[in-house]
Amino acid sequence: MNVSEVERREHYLNVNYGIRSWLLTTDHKRIAWLYLLSVTLFFFIGGFFATLIRLELLTPQGDLVQAETYNKLFTMHGVTMIFFFLIPSIPAVLGNFLVPMMIGARDLAFPRLNLASWYIFILGGAFTVMAAAAGGVDTGWTFYTPYSSIYSNTHVVLTVVGIFVTGFSSILTGLNFIVTIHKMRAPGMTWFRLPLFIWAHYATSIIFVLGTPVIAITLVLVALERIFRLGIFDPALGGDPVLFQHLFWFYSHPAVYIMVLPAMGVVSELIACFSRKRVFGYSVVAFASLGIAVIGFLVWGHHMFVSGQSVHAGMIFSLLSFLVAIPSAIKVFNWTATLYKGSISYDAPMLYALGFIGLFTIGGLTGLFLATLGIDVHVHDTYFVIAHFHYIMVGGSVMGYLGGIHFWWPKMTGRRYPEGWARLAALIIFIGFNLTFFPQFVLGYIGMPRRYHVYPPEFQVLNVMSTAGASILAVGYLLPLTYLIWSLRYGTVAGRNPWGARGLEWETPSPPPTENFERTPIVTEGAYAYEKAPEEISTLGRPAHV
Amino acid sequence: MSKVEPFQAHHFDDVEQQHEASWLGMWVFLATEVMFFGGMFAGYFVYRHWYLQAFAAASNHLDVLLGGINTAVLICSSFTVALAVHSAETDRRKPLIAFLLLTIVLGLAFLGIKFYEYHTKFEEHLVPGSSFSFEASLARPAEIFFSFYFAMTGMHALHMIIGIGLMTALIFQARRGRFSSFYYTPVELTGLYWHFVDIVWIFLFPLLYLLGRHL
Repeated sequence: MNVSEVERREHYLNVNYGIRSWLLTTDHKRIAWLYLLSVTLFFFIGGFFATLIRLELLTPQGDLVQAETYNKLFTMHGVTMIFFFLIPSIPAVLGNFLVPMMIGARDLAFPRLNLASWYIFILGGAFTVMAAAAGGVDTGWTFYTPYSSIYSNTHVVLTVVGIFVTGFSSILTGLNFIVTIHKMRAPGMTWFRLPLFIWAHYATSIIFVLGTPVIAITLVLVALERIFRLGIFDPALGGDPVLFQHLFWFYSHPAVYIMVLPAMGVVSELIACFSRKRVFGYSVVAFASLGIAVIGFLVWGHHMFVSGQSVHAGMIFSLLSFLVAIPSAIKVFNWTATLYKGSISYDAPMLYALGFIGLFTIGGLTGLFLATLGIDVHVHDTYFVIAHFHYIMVGGSVMGYLGGIHFWWPKMTGRRYPEGWARLAALIIFIGFNLTFFPQFVLGYIGMPRRYHVYPPEFQVLNVMSTAGASILAVGYLLPLTYLIWSLRYGTVAGRNPWGARGLEWETPSPPPTENFERTPIVTEGAYAYEKAPEEISTLGRPAHV
Repeated sequence: MSKVEPFQAHHFDDVEQQHEASWLGMWVFLATEVMFFGGMFAGYFVYRHWYLQAFAAASNHLDVLLGGINTAVLICSSFTVALAVHSAETDRRKPLIAFLLLTIVLGLAFLGIKFYEYHTKFEEHLVPGSSFSFEASLARPAEIFFSFYFAMTGMHALHMIIGIGLMTALIFQARRGRFSSFYYTPVELTGLYWHFVDIVWIFLFPLLYLLGRHL
């Protein structure tokens, strides 16, 4: 197939043109693009705040910003990255694009709700950007009361409203995925033939619909307390600030799994494709996703070991936190076992997947340190915690996201990205990431607290290393932005299945037609049948015209 | 593929699949609603446990008679909405519209009584804030009770207003003949939502009005 042929064939990108055809689309693939553009914007906004933080920490004194500004910087960095990049990134972009395609459906169950969820997301984002533009917010992304509800003089209500509104976009996305996965599977696509990406998104959706409403009502109560002085969390009014922490972490710990489960789904696809093997222990990996989602709801108290909750509660939460490590470890072992005797190729998506496994393992194991009561008391609120969760969220989720974007880029655009540049970028990101965050483990261990803009001079060497790493990381993130845009016009034409991957999404042309498939596929084989020819896994693979 | 009905969206294989999807979607949404109200219930229970005496005292300031009447009104409205769904199911347009109207009237009656109750609380200085006044030793925790009272019943009232809006839209659609025994999913789902809102009240009423009285 040559270029002109791609351009002549009607597909979801050229079926109609103009801004209206995008802003009023109900095609899940186009909505995925709307999300892709918006989360990319938020990623770079959040990255901008991170840059200022790292620059300030180059020297022990506060010479770039003062304490108040610094407080706002780390708050806005956290709020933007968590609520407006990490949570929607994989589900709303890749999930939106791929969930219907992977199960052989023509769209999500509720296409208009899907578009509405994007508008809600943008509305919430607008509130938060307004709060930032009006002077920012300084409570930390955790909004701990009573500081957030009474004492902070910054734009708490505006930010909280933004997060509240955005939460509904998560809820609607999760609801749409659950219904779609239950009701829209193609004939023959049984539950245990589903790609693990789908299982991961199903588990994520459960957290979306059960966790997000709780943060919503919690933030409403904070706003009510702030506006009307209702005494709910403020101890001066008889309220209990620890109750806020319970409600907050009831959502916000599972939210960590919202961020990492979809990345795990991506990694399962990548590892299978680039080692040409079925994922080892498919059903165990599938149930591990559900296990993480369920147990993840029972561990929130490990954020509160020093908040004055009872020692017994602390012990139980510590035990439960160890338990949630088991399904995560199962996944890591099974991916490794999948690699064993596979015929491995190191294309860029695979580099990200391998990076994910290594970095997620470090992030996960240091999570066990923090789940241990005695150690947590020592490293609580230090850079050790910062390093730990950045290994999970940046080393894990962002790596998975970038791996997925590269892997499905040919499907989304019909073009291939430049492989050499992509491998280089993956390598730069891996090096930059480790140089940024590994020193922070050491900093935290020797006692540097988080959320301070000044520090004793003996911490400077490690901080300079971290800032240097962040600069490398920034280059690594700007590279894909550049060559992916370049590839839209100049990339080589991809064809149906450039990776020789298995899965329904690879059996339809790239870019896919609006209705995804030329005819409804009938599935005859489970996911990852790499030992079989593509045309053996469904009726679609038998090409109509080759 | 079976015959395509006009109300069937393009991405569904058949009407049955579309109906099942909508039905499941509504139940998932109601699950999120349970969690949404659950956050407030959890908070209420914590403070009730802490400030048992104050909560009992504050609870005695609520009007059980009005709350009871409102409970009856809502239960009746659940019945009328069930009749509306049944009318749609059996293809009777006029009763459908009538029962929807009746449900709206009952919903408005509930809101009216609720508004009157809020008004009395305002006059009795029981609205949290600077003008709040209560028996001095219990004032702080009693204010928390009323914070939850207003937050929970307010959120419930907001859900009722949304429900009334939905049913108004249904009436207009029903007048245009959109529903028949083949297709009445929106009526069914709105009915489900309305029942849910009623059930929330069935929990709120004893929790806020009744529990304290036995102490």
